[in-house]
Amino acid sequence: MAERSFATEVQELRLGAGEEFRGEGILAVTKGLLQSGVAYVGGYQGAPISHLMDVLGDAQDILDELGVYFENSASEATAAASLAASVHYPLRGAITFKSTVGFNVASDALANLSSGGVLGGALVIIGEDYGEGASIMQERTHAFAMKSQMWLLDPRPNLTAIVDMVEKGFELSEASNTPVILELRLRSCHLHGAFIAKDNRKPSFSIGDALANPKRDLSRVVLPPASFLHEQEKVNKRWPAAVQFIKDNHLNEFVADGAQDFGIILQGGLFNNVNRALELLGLSDPFGNSSIPLYVMNVTYPVIDDEVIGFCEGKRAVLLVEEGQPDFIEQNIQAILRRADATAKLHGKDLLPVAGEYTPAAVTKGVLAFIQKYAPELLDQESLPTSTLPVTDPRSPYAERIEPDLVQGRPPGFCTGCPERPIFAALTLAQREVGEHHVSADIGCHLFSINAPFNIGGTTMGYGLGSAGAAALNGKDSSSRPIAIMGDGGFWHNGLTSGVGNAVFNENDQLLVIVDNAYSAATGGQDVLSSKAANPLRSTQHSIEKAVRGIGVKWSRTVTNTFKVDEMRDLFKEALTSTDKGPKVIIAQSECTLNRTRREKPLIARRVKEGKRVVRERFGVDPETCTGDHSCIRISGCPSLTIGPNPDPMREDPIATVLDSCVGCGLCGENAHAAALCPSFYRTEIITNPSRWDRTKTSLRHHYIGFLQRGVERRLAGIDPA
Amino acid sequence: MTATITNPPRSAARVRPITMAILAMGGEGGGVLSDWIVDLAEANGYFAQSTSVPGVAQRTGATVYYVELFPKQPGAVHQPEPVLSTMPTPGEVDIVVASELMEAGRSIQRGFTTPDRTTLIASTSRTYAMPERTAMGDGRVDSSKLISAAIAASQQFIRGDFARIAQETGSVISAVLFGAVAGAGVLPFTRVQFEDAIRAGGKGVEPSLLAFAEGFAVAAKPAGMSIDISIGSRPDDLPSEGPDPAEVQLAIDSPASLVGSRLQAQAARIAAEFPAEARYMLVNGIKRTAEYQDVAYADEYLDRIASVTSFETGGDGSGILTTEAARFTALWMTYEDTIRVAFHKTRRRRFDRVGKEARVTDAQVMQVREFLHPQVEEISDTLPTALGRWLLRSAAMNAIIHKVTHKGIKIQTTSVWGFTVLYFLARLRPIRRRSLRFGQEQQRIDEWLDLARMHAVSDYALATEIILCQQVVKGYGSTHANGLRNFTALMGAVPVLAGDPRAAERLRNLRRAALADETGQQLQAALSASSMRSS
Repeated sequence: MAERSFATEVQELRLGAGEEFRGEGILAVTKGLLQSGVAYVGGYQGAPISHLMDVLGDAQDILDELGVYFENSASEATAAASLAASVHYPLRGAITFKSTVGFNVASDALANLSSGGVLGGALVIIGEDYGEGASIMQERTHAFAMKSQMWLLDPRPNLTAIVDMVEKGFELSEASNTPVILELRLRSCHLHGAFIAKDNRKPSFSIGDALANPKRDLSRVVLPPASFLHEQEKVNKRWPAAVQFIKDNHLNEFVADGAQDFGIILQGGLFNNVNRALELLGLSDPFGNSSIPLYVMNVTYPVIDDEVIGFCEGKRAVLLVEEGQPDFIEQNIQAILRRADATAKLHGKDLLPVAGEYTPAAVTKGVLAFIQKYAPELLDQESLPTSTLPVTDPRSPYAERIEPDLVQGRPPGFCTGCPERPIFAALTLAQREVGEHHVSADIGCHLFSINAPFNIGGTTMGYGLGSAGAAALNGKDSSSRPIAIMGDGGFWHNGLTSGVGNAVFNENDQLLVIVDNAYSAATGGQDVLSSKAANPLRSTQHSIEKAVRGIGVKWSRTVTNTFKVDEMRDLFKEALTSTDKGPKVIIAQSECTLNRTRREKPLIARRVKEGKRVVRERFGVDPETCTGDHSCIRISGCPSLTIGPNPDPMREDPIATVLDSCVGCGLCGENAHAAALCPSFYRTEIITNPSRWDRTKTSLRHHYIGFLQRGVERRLAGIDPA
Repeated sequence: MTATITNPPRSAARVRPITMAILAMGGEGGGVLSDWIVDLAEANGYFAQSTSVPGVAQRTGATVYYVELFPKQPGAVHQPEPVLSTMPTPGEVDIVVASELMEAGRSIQRGFTTPDRTTLIASTSRTYAMPERTAMGDGRVDSSKLISAAIAASQQFIRGDFARIAQETGSVISAVLFGAVAGAGVLPFTRVQFEDAIRAGGKGVEPSLLAFAEGFAVAAKPAGMSIDISIGSRPDDLPSEGPDPAEVQLAIDSPASLVGSRLQAQAARIAAEFPAEARYMLVNGIKRTAEYQDVAYADEYLDRIASVTSFETGGDGSGILTTEAARFTALWMTYEDTIRVAFHKTRRRRFDRVGKEARVTDAQVMQVREFLHPQVEEISDTLPTALGRWLLRSAAMNAIIHKVTHKGIKIQTTSVWGFTVLYFLARLRPIRRRSLRFGQEQQRIDEWLDLARMHAVSDYALATEIILCQQVVKGYGSTHANGLRNFTALMGAVPVLAGDPRAAERLRNLRRAALADETGQQLQAALSASSMRSS
């Protein structure tokens, strides 16, 4: 069950024609799919499109009513291969995943799909992960579109434009027999806005129809000689068809064309930032009425030669605003203009940053440089936006107004109560005893170990590739062996074969720690094969240990409570010193605390309300005995274990203190024991609705303890003023 | 350049969206706050667009939510849709809300908060960043510097301890901040309209409205706080840390009033023999040592400080040598042994504090469990010298103790049995004077003070630095052992440094190196850099 429930939001999916939809971008896309008569949807979760999957998961009844098939694909490759249903049948299908990392995995299937082409519309919805907040390598989806020849849609970031592109995307795909990519920028996915809905449509051809009437067309199968024909078809038939459709349907937009003898070409997704830049320069208004000619490429691949040439005609110069590198579109347009002997000068990355996100500030600077070159008289030179001033200008927003040291980085980290933290605390303690090891990390929350305070992990090669990342470090004669980390999500995605199978086959001596928190937690708590909970729609509860043993692992242990730090530490030591050959696999199981809290909180609240006995736990630190050395924090890093003013009038260093947000996970106590820390930690158990026995016991204790305590205070009398 | 102005100045008459950035950390409800703003605006004649990057936001990292609001045209049937930005532009943000003080600093660093435009609404509370928390000493960033920077970098800085208000009202900080935004009067909506947005949300309405009202009151308060930054006065809205000035004054004028009947003689001695600046520390020192052992121990303490204070004539008149000696001698004399830990764990005031911290009501029952991990050394420490030595040497006893304690011991202090165990441990106090560790610590203290006295005449600053080095000895078990090792290395460096006019400064740098990491690597590096390695 996903971390976030969309039970209320999915009702928006039922809106009919003329009603106003209000909500998040990704939910709007989902509505767009239903309005387009989609027959099947698959995908693999990952920010920023996780919510698309979660929304569909929560909308099963609506999907059932419409006859839409939905699955949580095992990987992006699975999702991409599922589009094969649109090759022979007029079925509209959509898949979704996270930008380039998803494409890397999906590429094999998508290349085959693109070669043979599609009959039914095939839409790949991509959550771009570029710029601020991105969690992956900074690359462009554009390259994938070009290499397999899939059309790339990059609509303006408003919900009307995005939803419109979902529908147009299917039509374009069908008109040109080509899969289409709909690219949504990170912030567009989580953009709150509104659009006017249409009625949902049942698919005109259903999955059942396809199964009842199986079809086979050898010319669509990627095998010679058909594959050679496919390449010819791509350039001779599908490309011209796409260009015609794009032109006929005015997918790209022209604004204020003819207003000046220069202009700007931009990716649709950057429209709002470019308009903001023009607004700040006094050259547009809040409604996008630019006084500078704009050519808005809502389709960034293919580039429409005629439109580009037409736009550049009679212009001295154009500025291309193209985010990311390499500058594929700029190269493409240069070639188009050269071939057409056009006289307009093309600017782009000479005036704009070569790499990095095109924020409004970055675009403003580039557009300003362009206008200064061609029409400085249009600008009010006295009041240019302050963001364009040099940093040395005191009016610049970047002028140093705060000492740099006062602001420290705050990367994401393990949550309070996270069961992965004790794994790394134990690994830290084990390494203190048996020495430092090479650690190959993976993708997932566990990657937060690379930051302070654990500083564990040297490389991360991709999802589920933690074990494979340690493959070459298999020193047969070495006294040390590598440690690899993998999450349950990555394990089922590909790690079982790419990592564990590989290690077995090649007799790799690594210690592989599989972090099993019962969900694909980093992407929002979606279920995986080994999830503990029964899921009415999916088959869960498949054991990871059985899987690794099935593939040939001899040495494997499952730890069912990662909070037993001393046991985990000893197990790590054993695995790192064992003389057994082959991979040593430790499956560290404990439920993701975000999901557990979400599951348990309402239940506990109900029990309290019903008058049932409920025990709440939290930790504390005694200020009298804490000496402020913070060694407890250095092996935990828990957000709830922090520092506070020292109440001792003689001490100055802050003491460790536990915040109210403590969930009593027990790690502080376990660490205090396992690392032989200080005696300042205690656990408080608060019993709500105590039983009669609780009360009696407490009363007896109270009298006994009170009696002894009074004696102590008598001894101390005369030290403090009366 | 000859600028022909054809357009009106961009500041004039141009309708621009209201821009608002919310800086928060994952799990703090920044999303809730931006949702309320959107609901508020949409319900009251505005277009609203908000964006965020929730992947990061879920998991305690710093994140920015961004909202733009644009007025609809009153009465128009067809509303043209404005083009709103998905990201803040530095220098163009009207309102910045920060849930925490360093995040307010980040908004300045990123150029979102600027003096020409921005109303900055921030909580003065701190959520410490990792380096601040993991430092071996005090690694905290100076909050007053953050506040001063925020005052200078914003057009208007509205602040309060919004986190505390949230806690007190049993709500979340987003509700308090929403109230502060309303109270600041920077959005074109009425208080009732703000409150309706909370009601429309439907979750935790009552506590949210209460928190909202408190936040509103803080922000609506007329700006009466005039803070002269140039003279560096502490802004009055930070929780004060350190001693109460009234009590410090009382310690100077009348130390006797701060102690009980049994310490009157000692208090009189403080008034008679010691510089005024050191008296507050001394008063606390005699109470601490007397509580730790007995009144005679407090006398021994004063004797030790008296031997140092005679060197004040060579000082700068600040009494710093005496003050710091009074501090660190008291801390060292009351070193953390099992008896002290047991004593503090069983005191009544501790029981009260734990209950308050856990917000235990009369209808609830509380139990407290300790996590102890006594090492052989800590047990032998408490035993009489001969017995302690034997225990340390005995392999058999070592094995037995290891077997019992290596997994740690959990003791329920609130149970009869658990309390009794700790109570009797605390009652071992009289035998402490005869224990192995007591003898060792007294010897170390005397050697340390001897060293300081030896240099006090010729180099007062170096003597003070020697005293301050005690700071590196902290904690329990291996942490304590590491600290002691570093301390010994520092003391070993003193004879080499003595005579150098920069000796005090060099020792200070070595002390900082000792506090830079747990393993003592930086200290060893610093020592070998100045070829002072003690080996």
